[in-house]
Amino acid sequence: MKAVDLPDWSDEIELDQVGTSLRRLDAHAKVTGRARFTTDIRLPGQLFAAVVRSPIPSGDVIDIDTAPALALAGVVDVLTAADVDGMTWYDDEVPLLAGTVRFVGDEIAVVAAETIQAARAGAAAIAITFDPNDHAATFDEIDDGDAPVVIGDTNEVETTTIERGDAEAALDTAAHVLSETYRTQIAVHNSLEPHSCTAVWGDGEVTLYCSTQGVNNVRESMAEHLGLGHNRVRVVAENVGGGFGAKQIPWKETMFAALLSKRTGRPVQVALDRRGENLAAGKRGRTKQTLRIGADDEGRLVAIDARLVDDSGAYQVPGEASALHGPAQFMYACDNVRLIRKTIRSNSGASVAFRAPGYVEATFALESMLDDLARILDIDPIELRRRNHVGHDQETGMRWSQPEGVLRSYDEVEKSDTWKVTDRGRTELPHGVVRGRGFAAHDWVAAAARPPGHAVVTFNFDGSVHVGTSAQDIGTGTRTMLTQVVAEELGVEPERIRLSLGDTSTGPPAPTSSGSATTPTMAPAVRAAARSAIDHLLEAAAEHLDVELDSLSFDGSHVRVVRGDDHPIDEILEAMSPTVIHGWGGRETTADDANGVSPRAQGSAAAEVEVDTLTGQIVVRSITVSPDCGRILNPRLVDSQVIGGVTQGIGFALMEEQVLDERLGVVTNPTSTTTSCRRCRIPVSSIMRSSTSPTWRRTPLAQRGSANCR
Amino acid sequence: MHEVDMIVNGVNRTESIPADATLLHALRDRLDLTGPKAVCEVGTCGGCTVLIDDLPVYSCLVLAVECDRQRIDTVEGLSDGADLSALQESFASCDALQCGYCTPGQLMSLEGLRRANPTPDSEEIMASIQGNLCRCGAYRHILDAAHRVFDVEQPGCGR
Repeated sequence: MKAVDLPDWSDEIELDQVGTSLRRLDAHAKVTGRARFTTDIRLPGQLFAAVVRSPIPSGDVIDIDTAPALALAGVVDVLTAADVDGMTWYDDEVPLLAGTVRFVGDEIAVVAAETIQAARAGAAAIAITFDPNDHAATFDEIDDGDAPVVIGDTNEVETTTIERGDAEAALDTAAHVLSETYRTQIAVHNSLEPHSCTAVWGDGEVTLYCSTQGVNNVRESMAEHLGLGHNRVRVVAENVGGGFGAKQIPWKETMFAALLSKRTGRPVQVALDRRGENLAAGKRGRTKQTLRIGADDEGRLVAIDARLVDDSGAYQVPGEASALHGPAQFMYACDNVRLIRKTIRSNSGASVAFRAPGYVEATFALESMLDDLARILDIDPIELRRRNHVGHDQETGMRWSQPEGVLRSYDEVEKSDTWKVTDRGRTELPHGVVRGRGFAAHDWVAAAARPPGHAVVTFNFDGSVHVGTSAQDIGTGTRTMLTQVVAEELGVEPERIRLSLGDTSTGPPAPTSSGSATTPTMAPAVRAAARSAIDHLLEAAAEHLDVELDSLSFDGSHVRVVRGDDHPIDEILEAMSPTVIHGWGGRETTADDANGVSPRAQGSAAAEVEVDTLTGQIVVRSITVSPDCGRILNPRLVDSQVIGGVTQGIGFALMEEQVLDERLGVVTNPTSTTTSCRRCRIPVSSIMRSSTSPTWRRTPLAQRGSANCR
Repeated sequence: MHEVDMIVNGVNRTESIPADATLLHALRDRLDLTGPKAVCEVGTCGGCTVLIDDLPVYSCLVLAVECDRQRIDTVEGLSDGADLSALQESFASCDALQCGYCTPGQLMSLEGLRRANPTPDSEEIMASIQGNLCRCGAYRHILDAAHRVFDVEQPGCGR
């Protein structure tokens, strides 16, 4: 059954399972240490590998001596450029192992050994001679075209212009014009489980245990690289120790593990160390954003003109693109908008999607500017945003899924203690401490489905249920929430269901966990599969009992016959054996192409902070955030997501930076996890609003993604 | 190689371990106890936290040969068979985890606190997990779980 054919769960329908805080189904495994992550895999004969990385930001490898490594006890194999001739990587299709290095951390060789210690000793023993080149690391020099070229003939990867109306003319006549340049820093995902893969090469096929957000994506990409059929590549991600966007795509460690396993005939694990993880497995690139806005006396925006530059690092990677233009393009009503978006290249590790990529950086700039406007015009910051509200896409005319959703969020946050208790402006406290409050709105293109998303629901002969799909649970609670949806549709208890995922062989195709799209894609798919299984059950029962189909119904435990007997599900399934009752469900359309509605996840937040003006120390006293979550499938799990997102947001705003020394082209804190937010005392209040009504239909469950909401 | 006698989760183990192996790698690669995680391996994140003679330590900063005749406890030893300890149960109930990779370390820091002081106050709870990073940002639910298991009123946690 196609998910689009499901009847909606409207507000009038009472739901038993969906909307409850069912305990996370993998909690037991995770609190006992039994949850097996990719880095925990230990197979008979398994080797461990370490990567040799470039210590210089730009240059050519002119000699590489692997003999000292191979002479060490325990070292089994070394992979260098000579061994992977013709194998390319990144969108730029550069050699998998570099003869030319383009950032500190670029991969040159990989050493496989009996133990990780031996592999690391082997990596350290490899002698490499470089011919260094000048590097490009200074942002403004690259932007101005004055830096050495990283690859090809220019450091300008792409420049696009988004335009509506006439921003220049509107700025000329605007009552008020503000301009400012904002810069945002490099930040790393720092997933606690590094990118890692354990590969087992067999008879013309390979199994890849992989810490990934997308088992299907890894399978398809690796199959293409290796010249294998999809049926020859199995990808397993039973548990994933964080991803935050950086694990949407296969990175080089996956290929290293596969090639080394093929060469050695043994399972090989490549798990990046922290330095490798933070240098060469993705980051949020730095940006420079120059904004000019024009407004009338009431604070209504008449023009937004922005030049937005972001640094993609040395190489281009696939996956969710950074949408640095998004907030200025969509967030507020404005007839005259010009956004010049430029992506540059530098001698640093590749940038990749990181929780609302582009939106985080651009929201900081746009909302800072709105605050300045509120101050200049002496308008309340929330009122200013109300005056600039828009409920539709100003270019396509497509209505937001929740046109008024963000207005309700403003109301909620305005009523919160975080906003109310702090005096407007600045409160002087003793000893040079000042207290103030801040407000910001947010927008995100979340909640669109990312088909294909498919699942199969099968009744076991005792009436219990198996759900098979190949989605993955990266800690967001996918296992739990999908189980609740199936339980709801079938009318069975969640304990009677087993849901298999995280493996390309546990079920039909499912999307990568990205863009807050997993639940909006997969929840309708599993619901459709459950509905389809019920249809199959009733058809088979009608034939078996020799009654009319429309006299039958299923209540979760019995097949009921109008004016007849109730048949316990286990008894009738047993009696109908060997027939197996099953159903297929699939999400094959996105919400917007099905409904002409643009799905958004919008909201707002207030923060109350104290700043010690003598030491610079900042204490976040409270945060109140009111994200629009649509139908909430499991309140506690969504609460976890929202708090987590806010915590990372505080980290990005106040604590986190990967420091790239522009002069040397060297990251000075590559092994650090301490820059990640580790404030355990953050008092975050989330007012999650279940906004099922009035909602323009996007999914048959009226829910939207919140996994990656800020 | 050095002979090392340890009592790991209550069981006597004698292992032949190279001098340069950390306790973390001995546990993960020789004793097949993969609960403690290798994250930063420089003592900044707490993902590898275990107890040595009831004291929480970063096992990435301890050489295995230093642990001769000592008691080592890892997350795998916390539950009694299939029954979760009160601390584990509280973590599961409060959803004090998301991806779960830091969870073994968080639990062992709090277990160390419990063994040293069964009735900690809020500040002591906070201090005990200060050295454990959670990148998913589950801190508030971790604190909820800890306060619940130690039966302490939680100040300033906005709900």
